[in-house]
Amino acid sequence: MTTEKKWQTICHKDDLVKHSGVCALLENEEQIAIFQLDEEKVYSVGNWDPIGEANVLYRGIIGDTQGEIFVASPLYKQRFVLNSGKCLDDDTVSINAYDTRIENEQVQVLA
Amino acid sequence: MSVKQKIVVVGNGMVGHHFVDEMAKHEGYEITVLSAEDRLAYDRVHLSEYFAGKTADDLALTTPEHYNELGVKFFTDAKVTNIDKTGKTVSTETGDKYEYDKLVLATGSYPFVPPIPGKEREHCLVYRTIDDLDAIQASANAGKVGVVVGGGLLGLEAANALKELGLQTHVVEFAPQLMGVQLDQDGGELLRSMIEGIGVQVHTEKATNEIIDGEDCVHRMVFADGTHLETDLILFSAGIRPYDNLARDFDLQVGERGGIVVNNECQTSDEDIYAIGECALWNNFIYGLVAPGYTMAKVAADNIIGGEQQFTGADMSTKLKLMGMDVGSIGDAHGRTAGAQSYTYFNQPDQVYKKIVVSADGKELIGAVLVGDTSEYDSLLQYALNGIELPENPDGLILPSSGDKPTLGVDALPDSATICSCLNVTKGDIIAAIDDGATDVGMVKSCTKATSGCGGCAALVKTVTDAELEKRGVEVSTDICEHFAYSRTELFHIVKAEQIRNFDTLIEKHGCGIGCEICKPAVGSILASVWNDYILQDDHLPLQDTNDTYLGNMQKDGTYSIVPRMPGGEVTPERLIVIGEVAKEYNLYTKVTGGQRIDLFGARIDQLPDIWEKLIAAGMETGHAYGKSLRTVKSCVGSTWCRYGVQDSMTMAIFLENRYKGLRSPHKIKFAVSGCTRECAEAQSKDIGVIATENGWNLYVSGNGGMKPRHGDLFATDLDDETLVKYIDRYLMFYVRTADRLTRTSVWLENLEGGLEYMQKVVIDDHLGVNAELETAMQAVVDTYQCEWKTTIEDPKQLKRFRQFVNSQEIDKNIEFVTEREQIRPARGVEKKYQGVQIHTVDITDKKVECETESA
Repeated sequence: MTTEKKWQTICHKDDLVKHSGVCALLENEEQIAIFQLDEEKVYSVGNWDPIGEANVLYRGIIGDTQGEIFVASPLYKQRFVLNSGKCLDDDTVSINAYDTRIENEQVQVLA
Repeated sequence: MSVKQKIVVVGNGMVGHHFVDEMAKHEGYEITVLSAEDRLAYDRVHLSEYFAGKTADDLALTTPEHYNELGVKFFTDAKVTNIDKTGKTVSTETGDKYEYDKLVLATGSYPFVPPIPGKEREHCLVYRTIDDLDAIQASANAGKVGVVVGGGLLGLEAANALKELGLQTHVVEFAPQLMGVQLDQDGGELLRSMIEGIGVQVHTEKATNEIIDGEDCVHRMVFADGTHLETDLILFSAGIRPYDNLARDFDLQVGERGGIVVNNECQTSDEDIYAIGECALWNNFIYGLVAPGYTMAKVAADNIIGGEQQFTGADMSTKLKLMGMDVGSIGDAHGRTAGAQSYTYFNQPDQVYKKIVVSADGKELIGAVLVGDTSEYDSLLQYALNGIELPENPDGLILPSSGDKPTLGVDALPDSATICSCLNVTKGDIIAAIDDGATDVGMVKSCTKATSGCGGCAALVKTVTDAELEKRGVEVSTDICEHFAYSRTELFHIVKAEQIRNFDTLIEKHGCGIGCEICKPAVGSILASVWNDYILQDDHLPLQDTNDTYLGNMQKDGTYSIVPRMPGGEVTPERLIVIGEVAKEYNLYTKVTGGQRIDLFGARIDQLPDIWEKLIAAGMETGHAYGKSLRTVKSCVGSTWCRYGVQDSMTMAIFLENRYKGLRSPHKIKFAVSGCTRECAEAQSKDIGVIATENGWNLYVSGNGGMKPRHGDLFATDLDDETLVKYIDRYLMFYVRTADRLTRTSVWLENLEGGLEYMQKVVIDDHLGVNAELETAMQAVVDTYQCEWKTTIEDPKQLKRFRQFVNSQEIDKNIEFVTEREQIRPARGVEKKYQGVQIHTVDITDKKVECETESA
């Protein structure tokens, strides 16, 4: 049986860094990277870089290619799509992606 | 034909595998591979890279999955011991029997071990298979000295491997010179002195009589001339012998000195049995190179399907890097052809030897020897292979360039010209690949497989491809990425001309999308070069690479290293103590860098501001080790202390470092200043090198160490202080404006049209009339310098970014250290305590835990 997902409140929206990422802990201690594009557009993915093997993805650069928004790992530059976790440069790996929203100025992640 | 023809291939070396690949292209054949080794084909040409960290998987040429996909049956550990020519079956050691319609022997060769008494002793090995390498490694670990018997091409590669393994290495050769097959005497002599120069002892004209117990080492080799040599490990590399025992045992014709005799179709004396590669004897010759083997594989496959290709010999020219030294040999290297004449260029100081051998009428190139510099190899080979008529003065082909060197454009090559000799790819094949839609070098490589052998033809493949694409009007794109249809230089001009101060404005007006990891840092760097704003202000922050974002150098575990600036490598004891105290307090791994300063490793992101606060309080500032910007100005103490110094290099170095610190550029920039011609600061390997003379300073530019070393070019001599600084201002600013992203000054200058002379005209003669403006621009950068760390720690909003988590005070538990040589280093996989998202209770700074981790 899988545990039921719920919206977890993470932080205030002012804790985010626009066009860049911050890192947070989920209730189960998993690290996530939260990226803010516009005022309301936020994304969350796992912070663990499966290729570089370190908790660093939130420190990557955000970009887009053919309509898909990605973060490029700061270690070896592989790109991970923010809304699916798919790796654009190596299809043998992927990361978790989480639904993310801003409610009453609070950042919430479905996990 | 309804029933599939059965093809059985004995041996799965490089050639056997190539045959399978060729054969599998055709329908209607059932291919079975029987390999005596316990693994499928791997790359023996690059075997020595196993010691440089490549794994057996990296060297593999195929995988079980690949063979399954091709529908090829394969059996490893399947040594064939019997051939029944009438019943058309082979059987293996274990008794398994396989029927064949056509049998292909690709059994290869084995290393020849001379019949020396004692050759069976422990730690007497050969160099041929991955298993051999494992044995060599094991032996090397137990010893200090290694000897290679055989000074041929393979022997020297083996010697390189021993050297890599840290052994004191010797080469023992029976003949009077090294690489006697490929090189003439002078070439062999030069190679010997070069090899000895890197610490490998060469002993020629030595016949080993016996190997006995040593006194200081495991073995003693006793030579015919009464001398001896002690060693712990002996590697025999004295040539190869064909594995032809199957042919001998089952009555196929073999040569007098071994080798399975084949005709031009690669058939043996039994027409249904083929032999290819190093076990085959064609025209009384065994080809010990992979390229002719591949050709044989192709010919055999073609004949089996009813084709008419023939093997008619192969070119044995070769170019390689031996222990970092370039060696090339083409055709008749010894000039043995009747009437042959030669031209020789021998430069002993620079250790370069080149010889070309031309036909009696002087019209054709028939051979060449190149030692120390093989840059002309590709052109010379094309002359030789294609019978291209030589220019009037052929010696011009090997003389040092004086600007008017006759060059062989790729247009001059006929379509039949072989570009990749390993895979036998011709210029025509490349053109065909482009006809079929290949639009860049990568596609050409994957269509033709060119460069996938030894890789030596990569540059030529690119030149031919680019020339062909250009001919068709295909523009080789210089766009920085999909978001901007401009090169970096063009973007620089736009930013400056339109006074654009942030990325959003630039991409809105001149680009599309939101940018990416290529264009964002590039534009961030351009904006910094032009405006020199604080790089972490809100609109610049998202552009920076992580090193710039957190003003430190990210290491593999996500921690950062910290480098305070230490101009000219000068530091007061007080500051040195502070650095030590900080390193101690935060338990940082401490190392002196190559740039004469100190690097502190292992700082977590949340520790960075505290650490910098302490360093800044002691009067230090950021060293920009993280930036594409000025790193260090290395220096000697100069006339202040040194008996030989003629100028005050220390003061100059500190002045230059303080002047250019913080200058953002396309790539990092390193300087050095030497106080006299002894050049202790190694300025000629730096982007900007300054060397003191009796009358002032000599300026060198665009030198480089690192991946592609380049000797700096002497730009101007005997400059006074003021002129020196002006020239550097102009040179650097011109580089900052015109170089592509991530291009060092060395590559930039080499690709710049007009090169050094052009830059001298620009900087010294003001050829473009831009010097005043370049100086003003540089002065603006100098005047707006700020220590980014000082600005950062004074800004509470910035400090917020240095938390690991926005919602917790915890630290990243994946960061763990163990102790090595009394300092920390990142824990490796199994050493880690923390293996998941479970609650982690180990405090990594706890000494007790570290000890446990170590013993774990």
